[in-house]
Amino acid sequence: MTFQRSWIERTDEHEQQQDEHLDIDVHAADEKIYVASYLQLMWWRFLKHRMAVIAGILIIILYLIAAFAEFVAPYDPEQSFVKYKFAPPTNIHIIDTEGRLQRPFVYKIIRERDPETLRNIYTEDTTTIYPIRFVVRSTEYELWGRFPTSWHLYGLDVPHDEQGIFLMGADRLGRDLFSRMSYGARISLTIGLVSVIISLVIGILLGGISGFYGGTADNAIQRLIEFIRSIPEIPLIMALAASLPADWPVVRLYFGVTILLSFVGWTGLARVVRGRFLSMREEDFVMAARFSGSNEMRIILRHMAPSFLSHIIASLTLAIPSIILAETSLSFIGLGLRAPAISWGVLLQEAQNLRSVALAPWVLTPGLAVVLAVLAFNFLGDGIRDAADPYAR
Amino acid sequence: MIPTLVAISILSFAIIQLPPGDFLTSYAAQLRQEGDEVDEAELESLRQRYGLGQPPYVQYFKWIWGVLARGDWGQSFEWQKPVSELIYERLGLTMALSLGALLVGWFIAIPIGVYSATHQYSWLDYLMTTFSFIGLGTPGFLLALIILFIVQSYFGWNVGGLFSDEYILAPWSWAKIVDMLKHIWVPMLIVAVNGTAGNIRITRANLLDELNKPYVETARAKGVKESDLIWKYPVRVALNPFFSTVGWSLASLVSGTTLVAMVLSLQTTGPMLLRSLTSQDMYLAGSFLFLLSALTVIGTLLSDILLAIVDPRIRLE
Repeated sequence: MTFQRSWIERTDEHEQQQDEHLDIDVHAADEKIYVASYLQLMWWRFLKHRMAVIAGILIIILYLIAAFAEFVAPYDPEQSFVKYKFAPPTNIHIIDTEGRLQRPFVYKIIRERDPETLRNIYTEDTTTIYPIRFVVRSTEYELWGRFPTSWHLYGLDVPHDEQGIFLMGADRLGRDLFSRMSYGARISLTIGLVSVIISLVIGILLGGISGFYGGTADNAIQRLIEFIRSIPEIPLIMALAASLPADWPVVRLYFGVTILLSFVGWTGLARVVRGRFLSMREEDFVMAARFSGSNEMRIILRHMAPSFLSHIIASLTLAIPSIILAETSLSFIGLGLRAPAISWGVLLQEAQNLRSVALAPWVLTPGLAVVLAVLAFNFLGDGIRDAADPYAR
Repeated sequence: MIPTLVAISILSFAIIQLPPGDFLTSYAAQLRQEGDEVDEAELESLRQRYGLGQPPYVQYFKWIWGVLARGDWGQSFEWQKPVSELIYERLGLTMALSLGALLVGWFIAIPIGVYSATHQYSWLDYLMTTFSFIGLGTPGFLLALIILFIVQSYFGWNVGGLFSDEYILAPWSWAKIVDMLKHIWVPMLIVAVNGTAGNIRITRANLLDELNKPYVETARAKGVKESDLIWKYPVRVALNPFFSTVGWSLASLVSGTTLVAMVLSLQTTGPMLLRSLTSQDMYLAGSFLFLLSALTVIGTLLSDILLAIVDPRIRLE
C-alpha cells in the first residue's frame, strides 16, 4: 500500500518536472492564448479555416462591387450597343502579334455577317490596338444617385460607339453583361441580407418565446414551424409571389419579394434560437442571474445573448445562400423581380431559351456569380460556426 | 395529421385568393390586350356561374365539400376541364420523380459519405467534398440549363421532356414506361445532386462520431472484418437522420423538381402550376398546392413509421 502510494507520488513529481521543462518553450506561445479575449480566440480560430478566410475576402469584394457598381461597371447597364448584339467576351491580350509584352489591351473588333445564317460574327483586327486604362474618365453618372462624376474602374481610350470592352460578352440587345452583373449584385446580394434580418427578428422573437418559456407556447410555435416546413417551399413561394401585382414599381416589388422570402425562411433560424435557449436555460449562470433578481429582459440580453450570438451569426450566414438561390429561381421563372429591375435572376431570364444559350453561352455567367456567392457564404458560415466555439476540441 | 391537412387546405385556398381580381378579370384583360371586345354582361353571368362573386369562405366550403363528397376538385377555367382530369397524372409523375431523386441521392451520398469518413483527409475525400459543394451551390435549374446546353450542342440529343413525341398523348403502356425511363434519369440526377451535398456531410459527420465509440473498437478487437463492421453497425446508426428528415427532404425535392421541370419542360406539376398561378386559374392552382403539400405531409408520416422500423430504439421509447 505504502509502496504503491509513493510510486504514484513519484511519477507525479517526475511528470511535473518534465512539464516544467517543456513549459519553457510552450509557455511563451501559450501565454498569449491564456490571456486572449473571447473575441480574439474566435478570430484566431476563424483564421485557421483557410477556405472561410478566402470566402470572406471574396464576399467583401462582391459587396464592394455592389456598393460601387457605377464605378466598377464601364457602361450604363441599360445602354445598348447596336453593333454588338450577342458579342462574345472580349479577349484581353498582353502579348501583341510581334511577341512583345505590353500592358493589357484589346484588338479592334470587326463585325461580319454570316451570309447563310445571318448571324453576327465578331473577329479581331490585330492591326489596331486599344490599351485598357484603369481609373479612367468616360460616361458620366451619379454615384448613389447623388455625386456626379465620370470616373470608372477601367475602360478604353476611345469613345464607346467606336469600340467597347465586354468582359463577359453582351446580351441580345448589345448591353454589357459585366456592367449589368455589377448592378445586379446590388439586388441579389442585399435581398439576402435584408430578408435574413427580417427572418432573424421573427425567428428570435418566436424561437426565443418558444425556448425560454416552453410549455404551451413552445408547443404551438413548434407545430407552426413544422407546418410551414412541410409545405414544399418553391410552390408556396411561387403562389405567394404570383399575388404581387405585376404593375408594382421596382422598389416596392423588391420589398415584397424580400418580405415573402423571409416569411418562409424564418423557421430555420427560430429552431436554432430555440435550441440555444433550451440548452442555456438550465445553465448555472442563468440560474445565478435569476436568483440575484435580474429581470427576464436583462437575463436574455445581458447574460444569454453574448453566449449564443456567435452561433446566431453563423446560422445567419448559412441562411443567406438559400435566400439568394430562392430569389434567383423566382426571378428566373418570372415571378420575382421583373425587367426594369436588374438582379442575377432577372439576367438569367435571358438564358431561359435554349437557342440564346446555344448562340451565346455567356448569358449563363450571372449563374456563375450566384454559385460563387452561395459557395462563399457557405464556407464563411462554416468558418464562423467553428469559430463560434473557440474552446471546442 | 388531419388538422395539418385542414390547415393546408385553408392556406392553399387563401393564398390563391390573395391576388387582386379573379380569373375573369385576368381573362378579360388578356382579351382586351388581344384587341377583342369584352362583354361586361357576359362576364357577370360567367362570374355567377362559377360562383366567383360569393365571399371566399363560401367558395372554400363549396370547394372542400366537392372534394370530400365527390372527389371533385372543381373546374379549371383555362382548360375548360375538371381539375382532376388534369392533375393526377402530373402529380404522379412529380412524386415518382421526387422519390426517384431521393433514392438516387441516397445511392450517391451514402457510399461517398462512408468513404469520406473512413478515409478522412484523403485526396478523394477532398475531391468529393469539393464536388458536393459545387452541387450545393448550383441551383437545380442552372444545372439543368447547363446539361441541356452541353448535351444538345455536343451530342445533339434532346433531353427535354419526359416522353418521346409519339408517346406524349398515348395511353399508359409498357412501351410508354420504358420510354419514360429513358428520359427521366436526367431530371432525376439533376434534382438528386442538389441534395447530395448535404447528405454527404451528414453521413460523414455522423459516421465520424460513431466510429470513435467503444463498441466499434470492441468489434475490431474481436476480429470482425473491417467492411462488415462498418456497414453493419455504425453506418446504420449514422443513417438515421436520413429517415427522420425524409419529409423535409421530400418537400425540398418537390421544390427542386418544380423548377427543373420548367427548364426541361417536363409534364409534371411545375409548368402547369406556374401557368395556373399567373392566369389565376384558382381551383387548378389551389388543388396543386394542396395536393403537393398533402403528399409531403403524408410522406413525413410514412418516414416516421419507417424510422421506427429502422431504429428499434425509437420503438421502445
